[in-house]
Amino acid sequence: MFARIVYESFRRQRRRKLLAGIAITLGVSVATAMIAVATDIGDKINRELRTFGANLVVTPDEDTLDVEIGGVNLKPASGGGYLSESDLLKIRSMFWRHNVAAFAPMLPGPVTVQAGSTSASVELLGTYFSKALNFGDATFTTGVRFTHPWWRVSGAWPKDESSEVLLGEKLAGQLRVKTGDHVEIGGRTFAVAGVLSSDGPEDMKVVAPLWVAQQVLGKPGAMKRVLVSAMTKPEDALARRDPKTMSPEVYERWFCSPYANSIAHDLQQTIPHSRAEQIRQVAQNEGTVLERIRGLMLLVTLAALLASALAVSAAMATTIFERRSEVGLMKALGAGNAAVATLFFTEAAFLALIGGAAGYAIGNVMAQQVGHWVFNSAIAVQPVLLPIVLGIAVFVTFAGSAASIRKAMKFEPVYVLRGDA
Amino acid sequence: MTTTPRVRTGSRRAMFARMLLRATMVKPGRVVSALVAVMVAASVATAMMNLYVDVQAKLRKEFRSYGANIVVIAQGATGLPADALDHVKQALDERDVAVPFAYAVARTSKGEPIVVAGTEMDAVRRLNGWWSVTSWPQDAHAVLLGSRAASSVAPDGHPFTLTFEGRALTVTPGGIVRTGAAEDSRVYLNMSDFVAWTGVRPSTIEIGASGTPGEITTRVEKLKAAVPGAEVRPVRQIMEGEARVLGKTRMALLAAIAMIILTAALCVLATLTAWVLDRRRDFAIMKALGASERLVNGFFAAEAAALGAIGALAGFAIGIGVAAWIGRVNFHAAIEPRFEVLPVVLAGSVAVALISAVLPISLLRRVQPATILRGE
Repeated sequence: MFARIVYESFRRQRRRKLLAGIAITLGVSVATAMIAVATDIGDKINRELRTFGANLVVTPDEDTLDVEIGGVNLKPASGGGYLSESDLLKIRSMFWRHNVAAFAPMLPGPVTVQAGSTSASVELLGTYFSKALNFGDATFTTGVRFTHPWWRVSGAWPKDESSEVLLGEKLAGQLRVKTGDHVEIGGRTFAVAGVLSSDGPEDMKVVAPLWVAQQVLGKPGAMKRVLVSAMTKPEDALARRDPKTMSPEVYERWFCSPYANSIAHDLQQTIPHSRAEQIRQVAQNEGTVLERIRGLMLLVTLAALLASALAVSAAMATTIFERRSEVGLMKALGAGNAAVATLFFTEAAFLALIGGAAGYAIGNVMAQQVGHWVFNSAIAVQPVLLPIVLGIAVFVTFAGSAASIRKAMKFEPVYVLRGDA
Repeated sequence: MTTTPRVRTGSRRAMFARMLLRATMVKPGRVVSALVAVMVAASVATAMMNLYVDVQAKLRKEFRSYGANIVVIAQGATGLPADALDHVKQALDERDVAVPFAYAVARTSKGEPIVVAGTEMDAVRRLNGWWSVTSWPQDAHAVLLGSRAASSVAPDGHPFTLTFEGRALTVTPGGIVRTGAAEDSRVYLNMSDFVAWTGVRPSTIEIGASGTPGEITTRVEKLKAAVPGAEVRPVRQIMEGEARVLGKTRMALLAAIAMIILTAALCVLATLTAWVLDRRRDFAIMKALGASERLVNGFFAAEAAALGAIGALAGFAIGIGVAAWIGRVNFHAAIEPRFEVLPVVLAGSVAVALISAVLPISLLRRVQPATILRGE
């Protein structure tokens, strides 16, 4: 009998049930979409923060000092140790490899550039532009185009296998060289693929593929430093501790959190004779920015949850209020308060589950739309969200109905049936 | 029939006002729940819009911790003119920080080359918050050592001697700085000590300027006019990263706010529609007593508009409080009330309230009053 009442109620009052169901669906879909966006936003903003450039640097493990002013090295080329280019492949086999978004090796050295009758003594910088590296059957494309997104090239980026070079904007102006011209460096002639503008010291440099710089500077297989752009977790108290003073358990926890320091530690252990450090200007500040944006989205998500909870409650209150006469009739026929309440709660639970499931599906689509619109990439919606969202839907629907059900039960059947309540 | 039209309209208006007022007095419970729905929706909308307008300014402040976003660089080897820093400071805002840097390559006692920089420590401290410094030097001739420089020239923290063009200077380590960049290999000295020792003038002024990209551009133009002969340029790495992250955050926030406001509006719609439907007997009685269609519509519209307006005003006040709270919790700075949001919220609330009144009325219009009054 009870099942029949519930079934008939859904069959006969399709419009009302539909309205309540739509309200629940909408509320749940907004809640799902917001939770999905809020949980994923840290990752997404972290990627955007990579626009600020590399946050880790690997240098040879040696004690000589850099003599560098305004990004220009003043030390004779012979000084200091080097890293080996072949060790770069090890980055993709280290523990934190998935957090390494990009890296670029650097080999600077002084050269004389000659174009026609004018010449200039400048720095030659060898690097990867956008090099595809093979690791087994996987390829990883990396270089300055990923670590230095603010570099602009008029003309074309040189191929990493070619022997073309980029000339800094100011240097090109000084030498009166255009894209497609040729320059002479160290007795060899190179085609100028493009003119580089960085608004930094590179505007006065020649930037070439790494192997070209190695040949010109006479340092086969060598590089001076590697700039690494990694996805990190904002620093906290644990991150600042010195790994040497940690107990094994704490060390493990430290090493397994993607702090800038632990990724640097991993890099240092992976690349022989190296020393890895965070570039504090980038690494330290992205933490604060990330925290602020995550906090903001969290609070906004709370507002969204509140709004959808209210919408669901309002819709439920309305549907129950409209059914006063039904309550009156049931009570007149001898139904107890418990029976009436059970009926309403059962109906509410059905509505919540159906609306919740539909809302979860729609919320998924909404989250994807937001992801594509804002970040040009999909937003991961965890399947574990489904039971949570369903639970919330049932809870909110019950909470929204409870007050109205109590009120409906208080009415005297006589008045309700006469239409006076 | 003898009453003048003026009085008649007057008493009509009085009756209309009385009906409006009594309608809320007779069943306060339903009115209150409708009002609460409008209020909550309006306050959520206000808080979100306030946040949206203010969030850029708040986040920009966070981005200032990245340090300089404009640099002034001397052209040629002689450095900047002696009065350059004063000119730069005049062209800037109160909040902006300008830090001069002078560089020289000195020799350590072992004959190794080392970069010594002269600067104003207090200003550096304000500009470059990310520098990890053990302690800032206080005394004269106390220097800030880069971490790599420290292990090379003063591994045990004793005073050491630097030589520049034959002139020696003995300094004491006052603190160690670690940045992971070129600063680690340098020695930082007070500008006055540095100039007295080397005679080298500042070659770079780093500026942390706050403001929108447009404001930064005008400031760059002003600086170009203030320091002719020097190169003034924004730091593209910082400016572009900031613009990108801010843009994405704003878009994500906009998407979230659109969803929230839509839900809030629907909540109001559902509540008010139910409220009006619930009063179909009032509607039927008014019609049965001979009220014109226009009057009935006007009555319910006026009621809805009043409800929307009152709810919006109360909601606006609450929303400002919520926004201020979010500002304090998340940004540690209050979000100022934006009164330009008020007309938007007000118009939105009234519009939603009107729609939710008109919808059920047009439904009821087709029904005979007698049917409603009989309770069918």
